[in-house]
Amino acid sequence: MAYKFQFRDVFAQKDAIWDGLVLTLQLSAGTIALGFVAGVLVATVLVYGKPWAQNAARAYVEVIRNTPLIVQLFLIFFGLPSLGVKLDVITASVIALTINLAAYTAEIVRAGFESIPKSQIEAGTSLGLTGPQVFRHVVLLPALKNVYPSLTSQFVLMMLATSLVSQISAADLFHAGSIIQSRTFRDFEVYTVIALLYLCLSLLMRGGFVVCYRIFFRRP
Amino acid sequence: MIRELSWLDLAYLVLAMRWTIVLTLLALSGGGIVGLLVAACGASRHAGWRYLAKAYVSLVQGIPLLAWLFIFYFGLSIVGYNLPPWIAATIGFSVYAGAFLGEIWRGALISIPRTQWEAALAIGLTYFEQLRHIIIPQAARVAIAPTVGFVVQLIKNTSLAAVIGFVELTREGQLTTSSTFQPFAVYLIVAALYFCLCYPLTRYSRTLERKRRVVR
Repeated sequence: MAYKFQFRDVFAQKDAIWDGLVLTLQLSAGTIALGFVAGVLVATVLVYGKPWAQNAARAYVEVIRNTPLIVQLFLIFFGLPSLGVKLDVITASVIALTINLAAYTAEIVRAGFESIPKSQIEAGTSLGLTGPQVFRHVVLLPALKNVYPSLTSQFVLMMLATSLVSQISAADLFHAGSIIQSRTFRDFEVYTVIALLYLCLSLLMRGGFVVCYRIFFRRP
Repeated sequence: MIRELSWLDLAYLVLAMRWTIVLTLLALSGGGIVGLLVAACGASRHAGWRYLAKAYVSLVQGIPLLAWLFIFYFGLSIVGYNLPPWIAATIGFSVYAGAFLGEIWRGALISIPRTQWEAALAIGLTYFEQLRHIIIPQAARVAIAPTVGFVVQLIKNTSLAAVIGFVELTREGQLTTSSTFQPFAVYLIVAALYFCLCYPLTRYSRTLERKRRVVR
């Protein structure tokens, strides 16, 4: 094989990589925070809402979960301006990713809510807890504990999926890859380095979530 | 030349769905083979094989699919194969699907109680007969619903093949947008077409899941 791998050209561009990495982290953190809160709200509506609200929430979840994220992203970034709504690339990314993650989170948290036996809620009420107290201590926290593994893998998948925003030219880690590629023509080397960085991020996230579990759900 | 969005565009988009379906089927066959290997290793009695399967799964699931596609698309051309996008996409998606299917199927295999293996051994079946007649029929029942669920993920993710120039539904949508300049209408149609492909499968997967619970 005559090809000589040259990673040096890639590492010479570490500023671009660093900037991209920062944006990827910001996007992931922002999306996960917003998407989690929105997802829990939607899940609450799915399980405890009025019938019409349940139907609306179900329709939202099904539509989002059965269409590709990249099409949702294109629809918001390229499509909305023709309706007069112009969004900059970061706002569009955050909105699209949040809408997407909220639907997946809602479905996971819904399963968590349904895993709580009715008798638990009745027990909570008969102990004199108010409605919000029951919801918080008897339903929400145990439900989140039950679905913690699937919830956090969804978050890691979302971090990886932020790479799609490079396709609407948001300057994230993956986009840094294509910039360096066009500067150096070292496509294979560039994307290997980028891929390894994502791998490190996802391993760190998984480790971080294990630590979080011990902190949040430790029994006194 | 900007033209109006017409019925013909809709027809082209519907026709482009077939490449989405073809790519999904190719990825499923490739991913199925990889997945079987991963599941067999992951459910093995030897720790070494299990670690190998685990390493493969975390490697694939820890890197964005987009990056896998680019690595195969550019990487294989370095080795001297100038591959058309569809082959690079098939390889990329097979690697990706193999990890997810492998995890699903491994879970199904290890959900079968040890005693089933022992009973099969006790009535004198060989290892492959045990698998063929006792284990796989039971494991398949566990695995089918999540497998169909994953096919939905796969269909949606084939949209990423658009970025390496494979003309499937999403790419066709991009091409239609650039000639009609009506992104909102076009991507809405594209999303609706994906929904038509995915939603029946989602429903089917849920029915299967419910049936399995009743049987148990």
